[in-house]
Amino acid sequence: MDFLRPATLQQALEAKAERPAAVPIAGGTDVMVEINFDTRRPDALLDLNQVAELAEIGSDGGLLRVGACVSYARIIGELGRELPGLALASRTVGSPQIRNRGTVGGNLGAASPAGDAHPVLLACDALVEAASVRGTRLIPAAGFYQGPKRSVLAPDELITAFRIGPAMGPQQFAKIGTRNAMVIAVCSFALSLWPQGRPAGTGGTIGTGIGSAGPVPLRATDAEEFLAAELASAGLWESGVALPSTVTHTFGELVAGAARPIDDVRGTAAYRRHALSVLARRTLGWTWDSYRKGARQCA
Amino acid sequence: MTGTSTATGPRTSPTTSGVGQSAGRPDARQKVTGEFAYSSDLWLDGMIWGATLRSPHPRAVIDGLDIGAALRLPGCHAVLTHDDVPGRKVYGLEHADQPVLASDQVRYQGEPVAIVAADHPETARRALGKIKVSYTELEPLTDARAALETAAPRVHDGGNVVRHVKIRKGDPAAVAELVVSGEYQVGMQDQAFLGPESGLAVPAEDGGVDLFVATQWLHADRTQVAACLGLPEDMVRITLAGVGGAFGAREDLSMQVHACLLALRTGKPVKMVYSREESFFGHVHRHPATLHYEHGAAADGKLIYVRADIVLDGGAYASSSTAVAANAATLGIGPYEVPNVRLDCRAVYTNNPPCGAMRGFGAVQACFAYESQMDKLAAGLGLDPVELRVRNAMHEGSVMPTGQVVDSAAPVAELLRRVSGRPLPPAAAGTDRDIRGLPGGVSNTTHGEGVVRGIGYGIGIKNVCFSEGFDDYSTARVRLHLIGGEPAADVHTAAAEVGQGLVTLQGQIARTELGVEQVRVVPADTSIGSGGSSSASRQSYMTGGAVRAACEQVREQILERGRGLFPGHEDLSVSGGKLVSARDGALAALADLLAEPAEATVTWRHRGTSPLDPQTGQGDAHVQYAFAAHRAVVDVDTELGLVKVIELACAQDVGRAMNPQAVEGQIHGGTAQGLGLALMEEIQVTGGKVRNPSFTDYLIPTILDMPPMKLDVLELADPHAPYGLRGVGEPPTISSTPAIVAAIRAATGLALTRVPVRPEHITGTGPERDA
Repeated sequence: MDFLRPATLQQALEAKAERPAAVPIAGGTDVMVEINFDTRRPDALLDLNQVAELAEIGSDGGLLRVGACVSYARIIGELGRELPGLALASRTVGSPQIRNRGTVGGNLGAASPAGDAHPVLLACDALVEAASVRGTRLIPAAGFYQGPKRSVLAPDELITAFRIGPAMGPQQFAKIGTRNAMVIAVCSFALSLWPQGRPAGTGGTIGTGIGSAGPVPLRATDAEEFLAAELASAGLWESGVALPSTVTHTFGELVAGAARPIDDVRGTAAYRRHALSVLARRTLGWTWDSYRKGARQCA
Repeated sequence: MTGTSTATGPRTSPTTSGVGQSAGRPDARQKVTGEFAYSSDLWLDGMIWGATLRSPHPRAVIDGLDIGAALRLPGCHAVLTHDDVPGRKVYGLEHADQPVLASDQVRYQGEPVAIVAADHPETARRALGKIKVSYTELEPLTDARAALETAAPRVHDGGNVVRHVKIRKGDPAAVAELVVSGEYQVGMQDQAFLGPESGLAVPAEDGGVDLFVATQWLHADRTQVAACLGLPEDMVRITLAGVGGAFGAREDLSMQVHACLLALRTGKPVKMVYSREESFFGHVHRHPATLHYEHGAAADGKLIYVRADIVLDGGAYASSSTAVAANAATLGIGPYEVPNVRLDCRAVYTNNPPCGAMRGFGAVQACFAYESQMDKLAAGLGLDPVELRVRNAMHEGSVMPTGQVVDSAAPVAELLRRVSGRPLPPAAAGTDRDIRGLPGGVSNTTHGEGVVRGIGYGIGIKNVCFSEGFDDYSTARVRLHLIGGEPAADVHTAAAEVGQGLVTLQGQIARTELGVEQVRVVPADTSIGSGGSSSASRQSYMTGGAVRAACEQVREQILERGRGLFPGHEDLSVSGGKLVSARDGALAALADLLAEPAEATVTWRHRGTSPLDPQTGQGDAHVQYAFAAHRAVVDVDTELGLVKVIELACAQDVGRAMNPQAVEGQIHGGTAQGLGLALMEEIQVTGGKVRNPSFTDYLIPTILDMPPMKLDVLELADPHAPYGLRGVGEPPTISSTPAIVAAIRAATGLALTRVPVRPEHITGTGPERDA
């Protein structure tokens, strides 16, 4: 196995063009496990840790640009205010050691439906920045995942960053695991509210993401549309009153209905659907409570 | 520490690291800093690497085996199969029924079929890939109760019952006013030690072999390895390497014979290290159990009878199933007085992974069932669950269902009172709580919604040391001599330090008995007699007893020298490095009496036990009984089925806390392992195949799962045991599981008859086939 260590992004892209089968590695929290378990034997590893550009946090227009090699620990420490949903999800990743090494870029590269960042990226309409010697393109998160551990990334492309709108309303993330820390998601759910619309101008007032309950991370589009319509038609954004329980209940059912779970070693399909309805209901309650408190403070 | 201390024996030394003190572990710093050398760290220049080809099928006939391509691989030094085993082709702790390498058939997924040695682990892996095995797959027998049916296929020629233990006491037709019955299931728990199976075999010039390995019983390994190699035992020399946890999983052989075969064949040192995934196939697990119980009681709650039928899934090979079955049976009604008992316990063969020793050893499975029954009975009678237990609690002088009289402290009622009398942790309140204290923890699944608190109790009983007439002994050599003019003691045994603190304890005993500070515990190896197994909570008792006895003989030699030098002083002792007269104080430095070293080797036995009558299960089968009680306080997210254990209180009688800090560590660790069984730890096996052989999917508790503990350590001396001590390691593992499940039942009102309890069980969202 070759170990390629480019010093710059340009060198990294050239290496990837030359050796498309080379597996990029940053924190190694996924790749090394696969190698240790002998489930993967790449010809080459492409170490991105020397490429400074990939560890940068910046902004581009109204969006934050977060380098693919920024660790979960940095997201928690540096971006908790702008990206509260992603920070919450990052806190549920592995152990402190894993959070120090693991990256969202790695989550995207692995494209496992159980990756903790995916539901938030979906709920926030994040864009995945993919680069190659041919150029750079932006892929909406919703169009990035193709199947379990498969994405639309071309063989010569590297994930260089993701772009994501800073929160303009409350966000939540909740994940089910069968122990209270250091656990892979049995299922997870992310919710974002955008009372004034999205920074890029597109997308609705409600964002959702479902993890580990389908072949790919999923959006609960029906649930988003239902809730957005309910909030708008009843003037709830303006009145800021408590949500009727019928609304939170139906929202939960629609989220559960959007999932496509299976029975596996971590949990049953029936449990995943049930748990998603509960998580959707609860996270909606928490975000709506935050919104109401915020609205009152502004008034 | 609370309770009374009535240690026997002399306290000759003011040492700060003697018996009864929290002497520090010599390996603590190395282990915390990552410097400790485990067996997987062994290294010898010129060594080559062994690897094992395992069956992918739980049951298959081997039609052919072609090793030619593997042998031709450059860098591959040897490929060995069943035909290359020079001695006995099978091994086993109680029945030698497990092939060193499979011959005509495989009986479980992961059974070793061939081994290779190569110049690099990667070469070895490639060589394994070049071995061609043709199998004819057969339908595996995977249901332990189906294995009992006469039409069931036979896993071994002798039939599928490994052992049937019957306990018959009193009136088999006794009737009672209140009867409760239930069927309970215990899943397959793994010991989940962190140091995988590993060792280094070095061929010796005499044609023998030196093996460095992490194990629990050096001499049992040697007996089996020598038989399989066809060598006399003295040509197989085993030294204990650094052990990264054991919990029963190192009682059976793993890579021992394989590495020695490869070393003797190639003439080179051979190292073998299992990967984490392979480790799940490389050792036995805790027996899954199905337990049917019927309890009959009078209106006042006094138990009138218990009838029980226990089936233990032993998997493909016998391992220690016969002894596990005996424990489940003899301890099967718990620490209660019951006049009429009819209990049947059968361990059976299936094509599931082999099961054998794990901390608690049969007592764990039974305790989950009988404690669940006690709660059910209490509910039926409208009695407090603690009160019902206290009314039936055994005590010193009680008679076991085997007819054995309990002849030392059995403070069952007191332990229950201790845990139930403790103040409760503050009630859950509000929705602003730190989520780390809530079910789901940092996964942020609740801010208080759906959370209900529950409280539950459990108490268990465990035997200490080996039972049923087994000749159980340990050997110790103690040598007192001068190092740099100062008196120092060497202590040598073959007893395995598996992390429990035995090395520390041996030093404490020598310091106390000989009045010296300098003690060197010599590495454990087979150049001395057997120390017996580091299991059955027996090493403090057995090797502690042997070291003390050897120290006593050495001390007597010193005193004899003293009496010769100082005639007229009959009341002599050694203390603080001096020879002391009761009348005149210090007479001489110990060093002055050690021109010649003083040395003694002692083989020490506990008092004898008896076999069980095969028809009635009557007999004084056990050496000592030990008890622990738990109270569990849990918060359950009743909507999501997630559990946070808020507090665990434990009361345990240890006879004498030889090292209080080590005692607390054992109670914490044992309790955590019981928590794991209650909530998450299960090897999931479908169709004979393991579905979760990794620490990604075999979950063990983290610091956020294991709550703070409140401990009550009683020291009620057992007059039959050295220093009055009682084995510590296993009892806390036994009772924490039922206490936690009882607390979840209290919070949810659900029956919960299976462990581990999964979120699906609490939310009613099990798989379709269970519906």
